[in-house]
Amino acid sequence: MASIDISNVSKTYPGASAPSVSDINLSIRDGEFIVLVGPSGCGKSTLLRMVAGLEDITGGEVRIGDRLVNGVDPADRDIAMVFQNYALYPHMTVRENMAYGLKNRRTPPTEIATRVAEAARMLELGPYLDRKPRALSGGQRQRVAMGRAVVRQPAAFLFDEPLSNLDAKLRVSMRGEIRRLQKRLGTTSLYVTHDQLEAMTLADRLVVLNAGRIEQVGAPLDIYHTPASTFVASFIGSPAMNLLDAEIRGTRLHIGGADLPLGVNTAAQGQVTAGVRAEDLYLAADGLPFRVDFIEELGAQRLVHGHVEGQPLTLAVAPDVALSDAVHLAIRAGALHLFDTASGKRLPASGTGARPARATEEMAGATARPLL
Amino acid sequence: MNRVRPFDHFVLILGTLFMVLPVAVAVMTSTHTAVEIHSHGLFLTPGGHGAETYATVLTRQGGFTGQVTGTRMMMNSLILGIGFAVGKIVLSMAAAYALVYFRFRFASFLFWIIFTTLLLPLEVRIMPSYQVMSDLGLLNSYTGLIVPLLASATGTFYFRQFFKSVPDELLEAARIDGAGPFKFLIDVLIPLSRTMMAAIFIIMFVYGWNQYLWPMLMTTEERFFTLMRGIKQILQVWVGSQIPDYNEAFALAILALAPPVLVVVVFQRWFIKGLTESDK
Repeated sequence: MASIDISNVSKTYPGASAPSVSDINLSIRDGEFIVLVGPSGCGKSTLLRMVAGLEDITGGEVRIGDRLVNGVDPADRDIAMVFQNYALYPHMTVRENMAYGLKNRRTPPTEIATRVAEAARMLELGPYLDRKPRALSGGQRQRVAMGRAVVRQPAAFLFDEPLSNLDAKLRVSMRGEIRRLQKRLGTTSLYVTHDQLEAMTLADRLVVLNAGRIEQVGAPLDIYHTPASTFVASFIGSPAMNLLDAEIRGTRLHIGGADLPLGVNTAAQGQVTAGVRAEDLYLAADGLPFRVDFIEELGAQRLVHGHVEGQPLTLAVAPDVALSDAVHLAIRAGALHLFDTASGKRLPASGTGARPARATEEMAGATARPLL
Repeated sequence: MNRVRPFDHFVLILGTLFMVLPVAVAVMTSTHTAVEIHSHGLFLTPGGHGAETYATVLTRQGGFTGQVTGTRMMMNSLILGIGFAVGKIVLSMAAAYALVYFRFRFASFLFWIIFTTLLLPLEVRIMPSYQVMSDLGLLNSYTGLIVPLLASATGTFYFRQFFKSVPDELLEAARIDGAGPFKFLIDVLIPLSRTMMAAIFIIMFVYGWNQYLWPMLMTTEERFFTLMRGIKQILQVWVGSQIPDYNEAFALAILALAPPVLVVVVFQRWFIKGLTESDK
């Protein structure tokens, strides 16, 4: 077990004009579960692979424990990796798959047997030890891949979208298993996913990446409640946060022809992007004029898609709420997020009392280094 | 299931007859005496002299030196066929491994160079090849018979395509598991390409077994004669004023046919798997 320090790490592929990953700083504490999340092509896998040693580091330093590992072979970095397509050796049995890495390290056979048995018990793979991967289901294969990582007792686990090949139901249960396993072993973990829900549920801390840069680092709820930019706001949370062009005049927020109380303290004036979560909107006698386009029934709640002054908006309401085609909406006090229209960055709140402001302070405390 | 279509079966039966009949005729004819064959032509019924003909062919010392028997020729052919197939597999696998897994300049250019050698079969380079072997003093040796034929563009191509289809993650997993290039080849790639190797083995064994021109050039000593040459020798040497030993020629032809058939039958399942299935 060890901490991982990533400082000023960049990656530029040969022949590429722009770096795929640029100037990333991240400190991962011992035993922490960090999730790298972002859309495809944001560099999250590249970053993970640089930590694994499968990709050369163009600039900056990666330290595992206190050891600089830039030039160290993947086998000697004391890490184990779980791949999206499992990458099990198809000609070896489950047992051989798990033992292979240990055998290459000249671990004594009795020790190998003990560790494999222990991992098999933990992952409930006992009955399958002598089967080939071909004879296993997707979930079992992924468990074998995790077993292969566990038996090594590495300093860190690296997960590269390990659940993407599984069906939705299995994904949920495997997610739980990964979390349980990591808690139990207390091994530092770096986990890459494009699924924001997976990221939210697994992470101690979340790292949101966009175009090779870190957009925000923080605990899942802090990021959810205090997104640092419109990118994070629209990426984290489902349904995505509603972002509306708006204008602040004094303490009033103007969206198209509608005029609402601001509800948060800010020094900003003029054009802004106003963000509001679907669940922070409620029906009111007066407020935003909302035209309903269609409704998605989710059972526990219903998502109402429609328009406000020509801008798309999604609203979450309880399933028993009666709706007509045209309703008026109000925003819960303190639930409004304000972003700079040009840069997309969150506008600082002034004063205290509003929820976003409190969360911002918490986030700053949780982040080991200032990143933005 | 499918409806039985008489016409389809008719075509299949016709095809089978077309392929099998000549072999059947050869087998049957080889069990008659040379005199019978000479006077009656080919047979489709078994004669009574099968055992003695085959025994003669396999054991009689023939040729000018009396050093060469059918068994000896068969062994030579086997050495050539197996040496040829195994050598080709090893060489083309090593070449493909280098081409696919080691990043060096001009790798794909080199591959295409290798590939274009398909356009230059042995017959084109036969004089220089002979010269080289002669200078190395390898005429009349198994080394001389096998080595110049080993470079194989086809084999390299097959292995290259196969290696390219092996997922990169497997290599990465092996790297993290501490397997170096050699271990990865031995522990992962070779077991994975077993069916592929079987397929190539069949093709190359039959190809090597059937070599005629190169062994004829390379070997002048009769103890290196292969079966392919032997068949011709029988008719040539023993013609004289007597009746040619047709029965022995047929018997030898059947013997020459048997090992490749055997190899194909044994490896057939793997062969089909190797060329069609990808088990990764």
